[in-house]
Amino acid sequence: MLEFKMPSLGADMEDGLFVQWMVEPGQAVRRGDVVCVVETQKGAVDVEIWDSGTIARLIAAPGQKIPVGQTLALLAAPGEPLEAIGAGPLSVGLAAALPASGAPATAISPAPAAAAPEPAPDARLKVSPAARHRAGELKVDLSRIRGSGVDGAITLADVESAAAGATQPTRAAGMREAIATAMSRSKHEIPHYYVATDINVERAADWLEKLNAGRPVTERILFVALTLKAIARALADVPELNGTFAGGAFCRSESIHIGVVTSLRGGGIVVPAVHDVDRLALPELMGALRDVLARARAGKLRSSDLADGTITVTNMGDLGVETVFGVIYPPQVALVGLGRVVAKPWAVNGSVVVARSMGATLSGDHRVTDGLSGARFLAGLREQLDHPEAL
Amino acid sequence: MSANEAVKSRERIRAAVYEAILAIAPEADLEHVRPDGLLREQLDIDSFDFLNVLVGIHKSIGIDIPEVDYAKVATLKGMLDYVAERLERS
Amino acid sequence: MTQSMRVTYREALRQGLRDALLQDPRVFVMGEDVGRYGGTYAVTKGLLEEFGEERIRDTPLSESAFVGAGIGAALNGMRPIVEVMTVNFSFLALDQIVNNAATLRHMSGGQLSVPVVIRMTTGGGRQLAAQHSHSLEGWYAHVPGLRILTPATHEDARGMLLSAVLDPDPVLIFEHALLLNVEGDIDEQSHPVDIDRAAVRRSGRDVSLITYGGTLGKTLAAASALAQAGIDAEVLDLRTLRPLDTAAIVATVGKTRRAVIVDEGWRSGSISAEIMARINEHAFYDLDAPVARVCSEEVPLPYPQHLEEAALPQVDKIVHAARRVSAGRA
Repeated sequence: MLEFKMPSLGADMEDGLFVQWMVEPGQAVRRGDVVCVVETQKGAVDVEIWDSGTIARLIAAPGQKIPVGQTLALLAAPGEPLEAIGAGPLSVGLAAALPASGAPATAISPAPAAAAPEPAPDARLKVSPAARHRAGELKVDLSRIRGSGVDGAITLADVESAAAGATQPTRAAGMREAIATAMSRSKHEIPHYYVATDINVERAADWLEKLNAGRPVTERILFVALTLKAIARALADVPELNGTFAGGAFCRSESIHIGVVTSLRGGGIVVPAVHDVDRLALPELMGALRDVLARARAGKLRSSDLADGTITVTNMGDLGVETVFGVIYPPQVALVGLGRVVAKPWAVNGSVVVARSMGATLSGDHRVTDGLSGARFLAGLREQLDHPEAL
Repeated sequence: MSANEAVKSRERIRAAVYEAILAIAPEADLEHVRPDGLLREQLDIDSFDFLNVLVGIHKSIGIDIPEVDYAKVATLKGMLDYVAERLERS
Repeated sequence: MTQSMRVTYREALRQGLRDALLQDPRVFVMGEDVGRYGGTYAVTKGLLEEFGEERIRDTPLSESAFVGAGIGAALNGMRPIVEVMTVNFSFLALDQIVNNAATLRHMSGGQLSVPVVIRMTTGGGRQLAAQHSHSLEGWYAHVPGLRILTPATHEDARGMLLSAVLDPDPVLIFEHALLLNVEGDIDEQSHPVDIDRAAVRRSGRDVSLITYGGTLGKTLAAASALAQAGIDAEVLDLRTLRPLDTAAIVATVGKTRRAVIVDEGWRSGSISAEIMARINEHAFYDLDAPVARVCSEEVPLPYPQHLEEAALPQVDKIVHAARRVSAGRA
């Protein structure tokens, strides 16, 4: 029997609001299939299942607030019969005492008609009569309120808060709180050190321009993609910057999944990860980046986007910032800050030339690494960007 | 092209460009954007968004704006003029 | 200012019987073992000695016969208090109660009246198993022509009897077995108690706990536990299941907007279902959460203690239900 549990979709996540099931009992699922939707402070996330098997019993119900790690569903492992999965600890004492016939409706049966709680197909809101009446009086739009009542229903208090505009848990406020928690925790727990440098990227920018000149707009590659690839390559020589710190120990990651700090138009930021950046060719990397950013902006991120970043990059170049010293996103141990690419005077071979340059910084966790690692990383990044054709 | 056709064509260009911008910045108030001000700054559009705007324009009008011309389309007026000019040439 | 005295529920019932016997010469008590034995639950202990054989009458072991005789006595101007040992045995007199006592006023166009009081012990929790643990006062409350009383406090145990005896129509009084030994304070002086209205036993703002009879104690305990969790519960003791005090139910739900009904009967077709229906009919727009209920599990009541306990309403189930409906309140 396999248990599908509420995943952690961020360092600071304690629980999620279960929205709906996308599968039914009796349905076979493969690793990576989206099986449910969970609402977190970062928005609604499509959650993918880690195991393959057959759904045996759905435990979570829409509207429930479920802590990270709690079981959401039971599955039969491949080859295991569904009936082997028992009724589980439902009602005290009675379940053991009663014979199998006439068992409560939530017991296992292969027929899909059985236990699956109805997903919310249309947008019908759950609103208490008192709340609905009040919303009419106060002219509050019920569709913008998140309910805190039984089964996620909107209550009188929810309506009145919304009208007062005060402490209503809107998505943006929730997200801001999540960021505040994560950043506070980071600064509280992680002793940060910072190293910075300016990188002459004239060769890289020039190379990319020539590459893009021959490509239609739909296949153009942005400088940030080139930089991400360079970062991934540079990390190969400084692996102590790529991984997570938990339980007092650093765990190096074999894979390089780079979290990209993305701001949302309504306010707030999310940090979805692009997986295995070192193994992607530039066009593929650009595609992956575009996909994940589109999902982030549409509020349709998947659990795999949020779960396993090994390092984060914050790119402030578009905002005109030249240097950014970022806050490490726990449980990671480093963060790369990129500034804007701007033409500057450089001394090259004894004369002054104008070359495009980019500020790059590294924030490091001093429990795991020290300035030397940061310096080696930045040197490596410079080296990679000097040979863009190899990226 | 007659004067009438030119006006209509101008309208179509404006509509297509607006649509491409609104697709990535739905809250943008394009009537009140400074035509000579930098679009990316006024509308808080990053490099990815900008690329998507260009893709949108390419899809609806069929014009591919190369990187060398990015400076010319950095403002709203610049973009409208550029697209009109390219269409006329073709 | 009257003195108060500390008595058990059993003693309060006995006092109520004495009050009725002393105040009205038409009153007499009849039932199995009420006289010489002093009552199976010792409620009538000492009454035979005090009031004599004419007024404290032992009956044969036949519910249908002696309830019928009581109805006959009532029809003829007496005020009998019939003791049926427990509600479980009342089924043997169902025809008498439902087809005679409840209907004769109606069927006679008002010419006949049946002022009989029938007292029965009710409820589970003493490992007496499925046939001896019923809580069917809700069932009886279905029948027009009957008044159903469920005294939960000592004051009501004593006072409701006299009011019942003075009622010109049949009254059924259900006394929960687990209350008999419980102690409480009542006035030394007796006074009539109304048998029409519910009573708020604990005032609160956040959720209404509506109950009656034997589960009042658990409901009040749940209210205390809820107070620790910051939920201020109001407890309404229905006192009379027929006629239900709809106004009191509407008033409490109007105040708190949330309700949990605690009913030792099974949920299906029960008094809890009737109360939910009335809330829906009269207070729907006041509700801020669905109405919940805590009833006995839908099984014949088990004999082993741990299973019986699991089957009956308990404090933790009441607390859990109240917390659930209180989600999202101001």
